Amino acid sequence: MENLIALLIAAPLLGAAVLLCGGRRLDAVGHWIGTALAGASFVFGAVLFVDLLGKDAEHRTLTQHLFSWIPVEGFQADIAFHLDQLSMTFVLLITGVGSLIHLYSIGYMEHDERRRRFFGYLNLFLAAMLLLVLADNYLLLYVGWEGVGLASYLLIGFWQHKPSAATAAKKAFLVNRVGDMGLSIAIMLMFTTFGTFAFTPVLGTHEAEGLVGGTSEATLTGIALMLLLAACGKSAQVPLQSWLGDAMEGPTPVSALIHAATMVTAGVYLIVRSGAIFNAAPDAQLVVTIVGAVTLLFGAIVGCAKDDIKKALAGSTMSQIGYMVLAAGLGPIGYVFAIMHLVTHGFFKAGLFLGAGSVMHGMNDEVDMRKYGGLRKYMPVTFVTFGLGYLAIIGFPGLSGFFSKDKIIEAAFAKGGTEGWILGGCALLGAAITAYYMTRVMLMTFFGEKRWQPDENGHEPHPHESPKSMTIPMIVLAFGSVFAGGVFGVGDRFLHWLEPITGHDHGHPPISATTVTAATVAVMVIGVTAAYLQYGRRPVPVVAPRGSLLTRAARRDLLQDDFNHVVLVRGGEHLTRSLVYVDHTLVDGVVNGTAASVGGLSGRMRRLQNGFARSYAVSMFGGAAVLVAATLLMRAV
Amino acid sequence: MNPVNYLYLAALLFTIGATGVLIRRNAIVVFMCVELMLNACNLAFVAFSRMHGNLDGQIIAFFTMVVAAAEVVVGLAIIVSLFRSRHSASVDDASLMKL
Amino acid sequence: MTSQLAAHSTSLAAYSTSTGEAFQFWVLGTVAVIGALCTVFMKKAVHSALCLAGTMIILAVFYLANGAYFLGVVQIVVYTGAIMMLFLFVVMLVGVTAADSLKETIKGQRWLALLCGLGFGILLVAGIGNASLTEFNGLAQANANGNVEGLAALIFTKYVFAFEITGALLITAAVGAMVLTHRERTERAKTQREMAEERVRAGTHVPPLPAPGVYARHNAVDIAGLLPDGTPSELTVSKTLRERGQIRDVSQEALNDLKALEQRAEERLERTAIEPSTFKRAEEASK
Repeated sequence: MENLIALLIAAPLLGAAVLLCGGRRLDAVGHWIGTALAGASFVFGAVLFVDLLGKDAEHRTLTQHLFSWIPVEGFQADIAFHLDQLSMTFVLLITGVGSLIHLYSIGYMEHDERRRRFFGYLNLFLAAMLLLVLADNYLLLYVGWEGVGLASYLLIGFWQHKPSAATAAKKAFLVNRVGDMGLSIAIMLMFTTFGTFAFTPVLGTHEAEGLVGGTSEATLTGIALMLLLAACGKSAQVPLQSWLGDAMEGPTPVSALIHAATMVTAGVYLIVRSGAIFNAAPDAQLVVTIVGAVTLLFGAIVGCAKDDIKKALAGSTMSQIGYMVLAAGLGPIGYVFAIMHLVTHGFFKAGLFLGAGSVMHGMNDEVDMRKYGGLRKYMPVTFVTFGLGYLAIIGFPGLSGFFSKDKIIEAAFAKGGTEGWILGGCALLGAAITAYYMTRVMLMTFFGEKRWQPDENGHEPHPHESPKSMTIPMIVLAFGSVFAGGVFGVGDRFLHWLEPITGHDHGHPPISATTVTAATVAVMVIGVTAAYLQYGRRPVPVVAPRGSLLTRAARRDLLQDDFNHVVLVRGGEHLTRSLVYVDHTLVDGVVNGTAASVGGLSGRMRRLQNGFARSYAVSMFGGAAVLVAATLLMRAV
Repeated sequence: MNPVNYLYLAALLFTIGATGVLIRRNAIVVFMCVELMLNACNLAFVAFSRMHGNLDGQIIAFFTMVVAAAEVVVGLAIIVSLFRSRHSASVDDASLMKL
Repeated sequence: MTSQLAAHSTSLAAYSTSTGEAFQFWVLGTVAVIGALCTVFMKKAVHSALCLAGTMIILAVFYLANGAYFLGVVQIVVYTGAIMMLFLFVVMLVGVTAADSLKETIKGQRWLALLCGLGFGILLVAGIGNASLTEFNGLAQANANGNVEGLAALIFTKYVFAFEITGALLITAAVGAMVLTHRERTERAKTQREMAEERVRAGTHVPPLPAPGVYARHNAVDIAGLLPDGTPSELTVSKTLRERGQIRDVSQEALNDLKALEQRAEERLERTAIEPSTFKRAEEASK
């Protein structure tokens, strides 16, 4: 059974190799190969899941050692896999949602002549992401981490003929580099501190404590903060959040799979997987919760102001991952709920993105929501599936988002003390804003009057429902959005599934769970009402109004790019300019001055070299005389 | 007479030889001056041998003679082949190293 | 010998040589210094070599006076006899060249050389004067069994390795000299017949080169033969002499002789000087 783990990764890796190296002769069948191998990976995952379910809850761990990767004395790195409940959850999410999105892409990318390549990249992403979650040590995890970064770069810039896409890809890559540096530093710190970076010896198991136990808190805080930096980069958390909005330049299936459901949650995985380190570093945990809370508000505010449907959803993604990071920062109180929200978010956000893609597909790739309106009549399936995803994300009672988000808000309060109140308050506020901006998206897209106009070429869009290959994944994901929360939440099934890995703690809830739930529902209703009053009862202007200062700032992603430009780009330019100045004046001055003086001196010394052996003999003889004189003087002294 | 006078004579001959090396341009004469310097050293060795009452100085002088003989053989061969190729025995003619 | 006289007073700490040796030292020492100076300042290499040989012979006498009998003999036999003769041989081979000129060509070289030499000499003399050379044992004890035996005992025991290495050095030097002066003949030497054919084919100097001294009233090898118009022909002199620039020009000698003869004849006949105009006419008439 263990051998299936390698096959899990090998299937999409094979797909990537075949599709990327196969050449044009595979153009006709490439997308089917890619989808079939993704599906195969999902089947392997399902088989493993059933196998795990059949085991005792405490022993649901499979490991597979493939080979020694770097067998150096004192530095052992293995290609080995570690499958437990946490990895299993991710495997199912990645392969499940991944397969659906492969299927969806067949229809979505039908007219793209580079479709085979697209599927190759998607398979490459699946393989790297599976490697990331299945690795049994941090170094192998790092390989997967970089692999998903590469796939993300390739897919964001898939339409590289658009300068915006190429720039967005570069931006994502560069910002991710900052985070990757954090991960590499964390791994190096681990190696110097523990002498190893394999999960089991470092983190320990539920039976035996790992090496973390006997290490100073300062070191652990350092490692944890570096891991947090890595998570911030990959999961688009403040301050490394700026790339996610631009990443929407990629094809919509990519946004759904990579930048909503799976890759951006890798940071959450990293934090939860390294729970033992974070648990031992309370300061780092506090930073994690702050990052999460700030990001969830940040993303939500940005999401409110965007007119581009994908960017609004990107802001939402950022905000939802903020929830997860917040939960992960709460320690054992929140780990399980972070993962649970991650899974339900994977369903409904992938569904929402696929819905958005379907809308764009029918609207000639128009992304401005102000030019939509009234689409519910034209694309009923998209409307229903998108609507179910919408209800799920705002936390409509009974749908999946309700269960997971409510648990996170409860956990935030359960942190206890002032922190608990502040974090809980932020989470509640975030829930209200989530309801507001999602309702806004919903109303602007599917309700109201039609606002689309012919484009500059005179083509009027003809909204139509998308083909079956696109609607089926949306329907499946809509099912997930509706029922996943119930399946997980009722009877604490998910909690029991994951508890052996992450541990669980009820914390100190200052108020009862019922009160929190009521408050969550109440703020959701307030948010929906506010959006309805603004966008439902009044016609939506086609040209965006100027808006308040906050709105304008939010449209510009709350000035994140301006901040980066002013602080990093300008600062870097000034730094390099001053360094160049120093180089030109000081370094070059010294170097050129030395060269000039040596040159001048040797120009004069050259005269001494007249080529006559007798002249040289005179200097030799004079030198001998000086030596004799020196000897005599030394004797005299 | 103090035998140290032999040393003074040796020093004088040595200096004359050295100055000759520096002044003369004919390679053969330069060579002769080198021989003069060697002989001056030999004289000093012999005188020292007498002062210290052992024969080691004479042995060294003997070896100097042998080495000088070898040196003369090779040096004169060089001068001959040099003359053959350059038609001159002047040490200044081989001043190609200058600018 | 004087050294044997000296051997009698070896027990003296403050040692001084006999008057005879002192006399010999001052006389021969002066000659040696003069010889050395002549070696340096003589214009011709041959003279330098001869002066050097003289200096070396005097040094040999000094060696003998210092009890180094073997070295004294070796100095005469090897140095003066072999090495200096080798020098002379090379001087003859290479010949006299422009390098023999004592005119200095490098600016300041002579003054620098003299300054350095003077300074060095003063320093050496000062060094010897400063040295505490109080010990003076004499060689009587060391030479008790004979100087040659004493040297042999040292060479074949204490200095045997140096001696063997010196042998190797001598062999190397001999081989080196042969390698340096040896010229490999890369092609077959031309036969006389081939040379003659070549000459005829080229068209120049079809007959053998003219012999030196023809019409020059001399037949020495370094005297160029005269052409019919009285100018010397360099072709008649061997290439080596031409290269050395050692051709004696005797083209004017015959005329000078004739002039001297006429003058003497006039003196004898007590004639007045012939008018230039009539002399010229007479000459023309004779032609």
